[in-house]
Amino acid sequence: MGESESREVRIHGISGSPGICIGQAYIVDREGVDIIKRYSISENLVKHEINRFKSAVKKAKDEHSKIIESLNDDLSSQLNILETHLALFKDKMLYGKTIETIKTECVNAEWALRKVLRQVKAMFTKLDDPYLQSRVSDIVQVSEQVMRYLVGAQDVRIADINKRVILVAHDLSPADTSQIQLERIKGFVTDRGGKDSHTGIIAKSLHIPCVLGTGKATICVNNDDILIVDGSSGIIIINPDEDTLFKYEERKSRYDDYRALLARESYLPAVTLDGEKFCLKANIELVEEVVAVKDNGADGVGLFRTEFLYLNLKRFPTEEELFDKYKEVAELMTPGCVTIRTLDINGDKVLPYAVAAEEANPALGLRGVRFCLKRTDIFLTQIKAVLRAAAFGNIKLLIPMISAVEEIVEVKTVIDRAIEELEDEEKIFNKNVPLGIMIEVPSAVIMAEELGKHVDFFSIGTNDLIQYSLAIDRRNRQVAHLYQPLNPAVIRMIKSLMDAADKSGVDVAMCGEMAGEPVNIPVLMGLGLKEFSMNSGAIPVVKQVIRQLDSKETKNMVNTILTMQSVSEIIELVEEKYRKILPSKEFDEQENAG
Amino acid sequence: MLSCKSTIMNSLGMHARPAAMISKIAQNAQQDVWIGDGENRADASSVIDILSIGMTKGTEVRLEVEHKNDIQILESIKKLIEQGFGEDTDG
Repeated sequence: MGESESREVRIHGISGSPGICIGQAYIVDREGVDIIKRYSISENLVKHEINRFKSAVKKAKDEHSKIIESLNDDLSSQLNILETHLALFKDKMLYGKTIETIKTECVNAEWALRKVLRQVKAMFTKLDDPYLQSRVSDIVQVSEQVMRYLVGAQDVRIADINKRVILVAHDLSPADTSQIQLERIKGFVTDRGGKDSHTGIIAKSLHIPCVLGTGKATICVNNDDILIVDGSSGIIIINPDEDTLFKYEERKSRYDDYRALLARESYLPAVTLDGEKFCLKANIELVEEVVAVKDNGADGVGLFRTEFLYLNLKRFPTEEELFDKYKEVAELMTPGCVTIRTLDINGDKVLPYAVAAEEANPALGLRGVRFCLKRTDIFLTQIKAVLRAAAFGNIKLLIPMISAVEEIVEVKTVIDRAIEELEDEEKIFNKNVPLGIMIEVPSAVIMAEELGKHVDFFSIGTNDLIQYSLAIDRRNRQVAHLYQPLNPAVIRMIKSLMDAADKSGVDVAMCGEMAGEPVNIPVLMGLGLKEFSMNSGAIPVVKQVIRQLDSKETKNMVNTILTMQSVSEIIELVEEKYRKILPSKEFDEQENAG
Repeated sequence: MLSCKSTIMNSLGMHARPAAMISKIAQNAQQDVWIGDGENRADASSVIDILSIGMTKGTEVRLEVEHKNDIQILESIKKLIEQGFGEDTDG
């Protein structure tokens, strides 16, 4: 490395998870399949290579047909998509061209297929209509299925990474993140995604520094480049020069010290200066996270997302499988409480095996309880597993995406049926599991008083509530800055919910990302919330903030805030008032030094 | 060569499913079948080629068959397009 000329490149993205890491880059190819190598094929073996490709297509197509056969009738809407995909396997533009490329360029089939796919993708990016442009994903999915057979086993993917590296990817789907052996990864960098995307949430809970939404990292970074990922500032530095490296080594050790200090204080109770006790719980997705939950001093699990097991299997899990997992978490957390949220499939958590009917707008589509009430068989299985696990620990049941009273009434009939069946089957279970609903749709806030008559608790899911109330897609980089938790409309909405809950005597918790941001805590406390659930990594910081607050003072502040008109006024007031209490900006703000 | 015009009726436009329906028919033709928007032309037996033109609702399409015996193919594709592929045509 020449010392005179710096090869250092900085790319700005969104901070996905704080912390700093320094290491070698490992690029996951845009197509989601691991790096594909190009090698030449001698002319006499070209025929063999073409046959290898044909047989991979045949296997992938057969496998695909089997999936179609295995679908039952009520999935017929999904059948259309799968059958369409079936037509793509032997499409001239994919199949024919790949064979042609192998022949004319004497290259391996993987490389040829990828080259053809890139050409197809380039054609699609020229289209004006965004929906039709996005349909290139159909072709990508089919090619991926073929590619997996070409490369060998399906596991020759992200799961195979076995060095300590920084993962650089175009985007990581929940299915991808579930394959990564996380203890092997120092950090993540992605082209797409925003602060509250799935990847960010996972990275945060595992304390892995992560920068998302860089737009171009996979293009700018080469395999094995030295990278600095500054997750706190949302910056990555490629090929840093020695000065920068030195500076960041120092910053890294300061950050690690800060984390260590927080960890030491995390066992202290979350009590304010005036003696108000708060309950801090953790959001989890994997059983393995329970260790981090306990390390961070959480009082329980306030949100156990259950989609993971569904995403990880190639089929819907059985009651027994679900029961085992839920029981394990409940037992590990005892005497703490575990709130299990039923299946909330949404836009980015689509089951790979149940190819969903095309939805132009998945966030407003068939997800959460809407899906569950349509597939009551799947819902019933999950409820039974929850009720059985509740015999072994302290469990609460939480239903997502409730937007009307009828839905909770219908949910209760399913619960009744689960109880009946479990009684008939003479299973050990607990029929008195507290029932709650997620408050994440504006209509639920408006109907809160009525909804409260049917349930034991509310849990505010701020990520969606904010997204639906402000009409902001938090993963869209163009508008992500308008996703504002302290927007006066959001604050008034929470206020009205708290009032309604008070009237119907229902407990309220908050389990969205909003509860994990220190700057929001004085406001939420002032609004009367007593229970927060967040990424376990955020608990020590939030606890430290709570221990320095006076709850009466925050109530007075909220009264002022409720008269305010803009986000900036509100943030200014909170920061002005609590500057000394909120954690040092050094660790969570954009860096100003060039 | 025979040709005719038609207009895309369904709201989602020419996505994979309609393209697959067309290619299935076109694959039975004796010679080439083409579909285009006046500017570009695609091989109607390839889903991907059809998709790559990006025909949205309201696009005027031109269908062509090379062989006169393929007139029925031409007609059935035209009919499919005009019926909006059995999909939603509002909005």
